[in-house]
Amino acid sequence: MLDPGPHVDPMVPVLATVTRRWQDLPDVVTFEIEAPGWSGFAPGQFNMLSVFGVGEIPISISGPVSDPGRIVHTIRDVGPVSKALANLPEGAVIGLRGPYGVPWPVERALGRDVVVVAGGLGLAPVRPILYELIENRLDYGKVTLLYGARSPRDMLFATELAEWRSRLDIGVEVTVDRATEAWHGHVGVVTSLLAGADFDPAATTAFVCGPEIMMRFGANGLTDAGVAPGDIFLSMERNMQCAIGLCGHCQLGPVFVCKDGPVFDWARLKPLMAVKEL
Amino acid sequence: MSASGQDRAKSTRPVVLDRAGLEGLIAALAAEGREVIGPVRRDGAIVHEPISGVDDLPRGWVDEQSGGQYRLRREGEALFGITHGPQGWKRILHPPKETLWSVETGAAPKITAPPPDDTRRAFLGVRPCDLAAIAIQDKVFLDGPFRDPRYGSRRENLFLVAVNCTRSAATCFCTSMGTRPEAGAGYDIVLTELEGETFLASSGSVAGQDILAALPTRPADDMHLASAEAGIERAADQQRHLDIDGLPDLLKSNPDHPRWDEVASRCLNCANCTMVCPTCFCTTLDEVSTLDGTGAAREQRWASCFTTEFSHVHGGAVRPGARARYRQWMTHKLATWVDQFDTLGCTGCGRCISWCPVGIDITQEAAMIRGEGGER
Repeated sequence: MLDPGPHVDPMVPVLATVTRRWQDLPDVVTFEIEAPGWSGFAPGQFNMLSVFGVGEIPISISGPVSDPGRIVHTIRDVGPVSKALANLPEGAVIGLRGPYGVPWPVERALGRDVVVVAGGLGLAPVRPILYELIENRLDYGKVTLLYGARSPRDMLFATELAEWRSRLDIGVEVTVDRATEAWHGHVGVVTSLLAGADFDPAATTAFVCGPEIMMRFGANGLTDAGVAPGDIFLSMERNMQCAIGLCGHCQLGPVFVCKDGPVFDWARLKPLMAVKEL
Repeated sequence: MSASGQDRAKSTRPVVLDRAGLEGLIAALAAEGREVIGPVRRDGAIVHEPISGVDDLPRGWVDEQSGGQYRLRREGEALFGITHGPQGWKRILHPPKETLWSVETGAAPKITAPPPDDTRRAFLGVRPCDLAAIAIQDKVFLDGPFRDPRYGSRRENLFLVAVNCTRSAATCFCTSMGTRPEAGAGYDIVLTELEGETFLASSGSVAGQDILAALPTRPADDMHLASAEAGIERAADQQRHLDIDGLPDLLKSNPDHPRWDEVASRCLNCANCTMVCPTCFCTTLDEVSTLDGTGAAREQRWASCFTTEFSHVHGGAVRPGARARYRQWMTHKLATWVDQFDTLGCTGCGRCISWCPVGIDITQEAAMIRGEGGER
């Protein structure tokens, strides 16, 4: 958590500087920023990033927890603020509040099999989990990453995916919705990869992140395979203006996604997600 | 009472205060450097504005409220004959619009937050429902893991003079919500208006006790106490009813009840109910740039869950349907608020009924979900 220091008002950001930036995909950028007083985060947490004169949005942290000085964000330019963020040059100064939110409970996976299911840009919020699993590989059982992208061209972190795939101690399966001629891999939704994955459902902790419909199918697929709903974790997206439970926008029935989440277990989420337009 | 002053609260034997005493109370609060804000008649409604004396109060007026209706008319001589106006006190404690911070952009940006609003204020004439609403917003803004320091500062500097109700509007249902026309706690001083511009007065805090001790008062006798009690009972008897027994679970387990479609067919999605609700707290942030592009400011304004933009995420609104938006508002007030803040989010003030252009009545909607008929 940021040192509150003079910033007693949680709505006032600190100034942060973009130090490195690279283009992952035509519409996706990853950058590193530096912020005074930053003392690290937990996997699955997010920051509120401001572009002055444009606005503020929540963005999950996609870098490693083990390097607490680095703040890494991966952003797809879909709205006015994310577009402005994605277009920022190195050296740009932005506003930062955070980190916020309930993290992925990676510690609950110690000694167990781990299945990470990610769709599209949902790979970014789970990347800190993968870094943790790889760094402390012996602390976990079988580790499986199932990733789905729209097409081979939309594959996020392709270099890292290839590295992880080449390892003998992680199972990585990738699928696309629409193949190209050069594509030799799976075609279909990411949940179709579950059937071929090697894990012991009774001793598995699963982390699922992606579009809401993909997460619903993913969680149901895992449950069908025998994983307990309380061992399946999802990261929810809702409109967030404050990130601290005061603006009201992110309510999902009884919970505030910003402060009670964004990570929830499926036992808690399933009844809420079963209600249309909750 | 300040938000932290509850533990010092002391209740004293009630005293009787006449018009000169009330004038003295306003003067004493002003002498403490407080802005005294009370009910004032303006534009055919009751609003909360600074007052300098008893003459500013709406003497001899009462309000008539019903679904989609609010009228003031002459009746009697009471100083506090009116129940409440369209706006609660949140308009002052949690303003409709405030600047959170501004930034000078350029090579070395600088962020400046406005100083906290430490104006010392006294609210005079806070109805028990609105006192309850302030207590609910205290929980929302001050008791969570993150505090709203702007609300906190205004709240810390506040003195509260409650006035018990001896008359209810037809839209009132505070008794159903456990609030009652008689203030329970949270005030510095509470008044009950008796006949002939006299008041029964008690203190609820040390600060209130000190102020009251310096005013011209006389001990209350049994007649005064009986008269105040009769007035409060009369107000309670004039109310409509909302059965809250098991209501949170009932609403949460009926998201697909056909009544949501029915109410959505009448609801205009105008957001009036959320604007007049004294507990609704939601806000939206706006980014405002200076014309010359050298600066920007982050502004916070009241938001309403009745708009589609409220739930907007990439890909569209989470609640595009009117039925889902009405369901969100009512279920939040009467059910999920309990999960979030350990209290219902409704005080029974009935403003949402009066100020609904089509007269949607939350008590009736709840009764219909429960499966009761349309008769009340």
